[in-house]
Amino acid sequence: MNVMFEGIGASMRRKEDLRFINGHGHYTDDINRPGQLYAIIRRSDRPHAKLLGIDTKAAKAAPGVIAVYTHADMAPDNLGGIPCGWQIHSKDGSPMAEPAHPILATGKVRHVGDPVAVVIAETRAQAKTAAELLEIDYEDLPAIAAVTDAIAPGAPVVHDEIGSNTCFDWHIGDKDMVDAAFARAAQTVKLDLTNNRLVPNAMETRCAIGEYDAMSGDYTLYTTSQNPHVIRLLMGAFVLHLPEHRLRVVAPDVGGGFGSKIYHYAEEALVTWCAGKLKRPVKWTADRSEAFMSDAHGRDHVSTAEMALDADGTFLALRVATIANMGAYLSTFAPAVPTYLYATLLAGVYKTPAVYAEVHAVFTNTVPVDAYRGAGRPEATFLLERLMDVIAHDTGHDRVELRRRNFIPADAFPYQTPVALQYDSGDYQTTLNKALANIAWDDFPARRAEAAGRGKLRGIGISTYVEACGIAPSKLVGQLGARAGLYEVANIRVHPTGSVTVFTGTHSHGQGHETTFAQLVADQLGIPFANVDVVHGDTNKIPFGMGTYGSRSLAVGGSAMVKAMDKIIAKGKKIAAHLMEASVEDIEFANGEFSVAGTDKKKTIGEIALTAYVPHNYPIDEIEPGLDETAFYDPKNFTFPGGCHICEVEIDPETGVTSVVNFVAVDDVGRVINPMIVEGQVQGGVAQGIGQALLEAAIYDDQAQLVSGSFMDYTMPRADDLPNILVGTETTLCTHNPLGVKGCGEVGAIGSPPAVINAVVDALRDYGVRHIDMPASPQKIWAIINAGAQKMAAE
Amino acid sequence: MPHVTLTVNGKSHTVDVEARTLLVELLREKLALTGTHVGCDTSQCGACVVHVDGTSVKSCTMLAVQADGADVLTIEGLAAADGTLHPMQEAFREHHALQCGFCTPGMVMSAIDLVMSHPQGLTEAEIRHGLEGNLCRCTGYHNIVKAIAAAWPVMHGRELVAAE
Repeated sequence: MNVMFEGIGASMRRKEDLRFINGHGHYTDDINRPGQLYAIIRRSDRPHAKLLGIDTKAAKAAPGVIAVYTHADMAPDNLGGIPCGWQIHSKDGSPMAEPAHPILATGKVRHVGDPVAVVIAETRAQAKTAAELLEIDYEDLPAIAAVTDAIAPGAPVVHDEIGSNTCFDWHIGDKDMVDAAFARAAQTVKLDLTNNRLVPNAMETRCAIGEYDAMSGDYTLYTTSQNPHVIRLLMGAFVLHLPEHRLRVVAPDVGGGFGSKIYHYAEEALVTWCAGKLKRPVKWTADRSEAFMSDAHGRDHVSTAEMALDADGTFLALRVATIANMGAYLSTFAPAVPTYLYATLLAGVYKTPAVYAEVHAVFTNTVPVDAYRGAGRPEATFLLERLMDVIAHDTGHDRVELRRRNFIPADAFPYQTPVALQYDSGDYQTTLNKALANIAWDDFPARRAEAAGRGKLRGIGISTYVEACGIAPSKLVGQLGARAGLYEVANIRVHPTGSVTVFTGTHSHGQGHETTFAQLVADQLGIPFANVDVVHGDTNKIPFGMGTYGSRSLAVGGSAMVKAMDKIIAKGKKIAAHLMEASVEDIEFANGEFSVAGTDKKKTIGEIALTAYVPHNYPIDEIEPGLDETAFYDPKNFTFPGGCHICEVEIDPETGVTSVVNFVAVDDVGRVINPMIVEGQVQGGVAQGIGQALLEAAIYDDQAQLVSGSFMDYTMPRADDLPNILVGTETTLCTHNPLGVKGCGEVGAIGSPPAVINAVVDALRDYGVRHIDMPASPQKIWAIINAGAQKMAAE
Repeated sequence: MPHVTLTVNGKSHTVDVEARTLLVELLREKLALTGTHVGCDTSQCGACVVHVDGTSVKSCTMLAVQADGADVLTIEGLAAADGTLHPMQEAFREHHALQCGFCTPGMVMSAIDLVMSHPQGLTEAEIRHGLEGNLCRCTGYHNIVKAIAAAWPVMHGRELVAAE
């Protein structure tokens, strides 16, 4: 049996693929329950308005309509609002403003898409027709979408009870030390930049089905979630006041998440509550246009970055001021994103001795903003890596040498940054060197000249980054404001004949956990890959785990599996010692076999499992029957993937269109279990990063209307917008988890956007361009080229 | 209520539908063929692509009544009765051309039409252009393009010579 080939390091083809390529995936909208009704939500088309009244009469009388509910109908049940899972304190020690977030709007609507009423009917078409008959009386109020407008004097206030639009005004780092460094610096470089608002746009829109069993009093929620236990806790304990044993949450196959399906959304509580009222299942499925105005958005920062340097280009201090858009309400993890997932990463891969960052989070009349693939780290990386090239531009330093000079050296780990984090491992010179070699950096001038001969502007851009995954330990994140623990759980059930089922608290929505985790367990227990199955996504099956986000599943969830397997092996050794009449200390376990050291006596794990479940000859006074172990793993630290992305573009000066012609990523994600899956994760992340850099933007007009509200207006990357993405890995092991793994889900989206923009700016270097904000659209670039051409003609 | 008679995956069905029913709604809701997905409401994403009389069609853009008399093939009908995969399905699995699987049925159906309608060969640029009507948010398309190039010779029974 070729066990090694299936184990850690093998590109095993995915177990989950057979059902997906045959159309037998089991997504939430594929589920239909007996007697099911359909919910359609009428949403505000106003960005900001007083809600004066809702006339439901015509809608209630429409064919097929079973019920129409507004906030007034829910109020008697004293339900909670949608809770926020992270509390930040401002500089002055005061807690962040945490305005009420009702399931259905009351008093005011605060963004386009704010849910106002729900119509329940026998068919979806009937509910849709009836929802149009609701008459809603609004009194429009002035509205704001941009963060700069939110803090302007006299700005309209989103939440009247707060009195301003400030959610919190937070800082990190040593301000005095940074100010002193700026005072003595030989040179300083300043850059103003924005990080564009994005819509995550998983291909499956959100869907939720609530069900109530009047006989048992049990509720079930089927939902498109990355973390069913988190939803059960938030919705059960804080919103609907249902105890856990009466509430089951199932997240079956989920068609992509990228962060947007972490959060507890109003629709989940709404269908569950409606099912209880009507004693029939209630299903809601978002249209894509509805998703644009109700799924949490990502990014949306406006920042100023300043670096102080000595004469030879060594960094002395970094100062950053950021305004972050929270949207109209606080989504589940929103306050953590521009703080502990962003500002703590501002040291980057550099040994800058002092860093000070201020983050002002504000409310606006927009869809709530929360974590989207990378969550804070892409914003930090874009700021730093654009600043690197601007420093090179302004001071004349070579952009590669500037980075090298300031890298944290490979022998400096563990490395304590000035902004709270301690990086455990990394080797930034090596990932840089490999990326430079893979893209043939030194030959670029010839490629640029060749492109110029074809009338094209060719540029190359580099980004060297570090990020943080598997946020932990729970005690620390609690001190930082998390209202939850961030451990993970695994239950390893060895069946009587030696096959294994793994129950994990993480959730797979494209990452291939059924494959990677099966490989990990098969490898460690020395059994065939085919004999391991992975179960996730149902709170009635899996123990209480925290789900999947922040590239945590392998680093935290996989580590929990190792801990559970350690218990399996320890127990197996006791059983083996009994069967082979040896001392436990003499039992060794390798390749699926328990053997007595120095003898040829051995028992397979299957034999041990059978003995554990048929304990006729068994050390029953010492250990219990069965071979089924659970472990909770609370990490000691974050993990710190890092690496280098290099992008090469060609711009057509006639049209301003940018083509990405080469893209190289060399990432250090720690130990790799399945190289094929890691490569796919990086490619997908890079595609989203290129999308952010060149194509994507959620645009609000100055009245806070969402202008890019469908796939007709929001530019999703298509196959012919993207290049082949060459992925390489270089490994330094994580030093504090048992597998040495770091996480690969977000590196692509974190490392790539500045590489693309640096390449675009490089391509336009003859036009005097210092910085371009994302997305670098053809219109923007054409305007730069055209203005430059006019200037040249005038000279 | 109009009724529609059509063949889906080799099996004949007569179904009563509302006039406004879309073909994708008929497939998913009346015939419980949930492999065909809906990913948008503007005919942009291609998650709903099926074959109607041998040609790829976005089934969210066709009324069920327009499919009266038609022969429809969905993702569920692609593999042989004994489970043998279509070469395109096999290529998608082999080349890791799917992650969450949601766009996959439409992507596979589009890819088959793309390969069959290019008997003279397919360049990488033509594959990328041919996928313009299908969105994938997970893979960055890299492996989808590879899978389609790998399926071409199997489907045509000869080597794919890149005719740039």
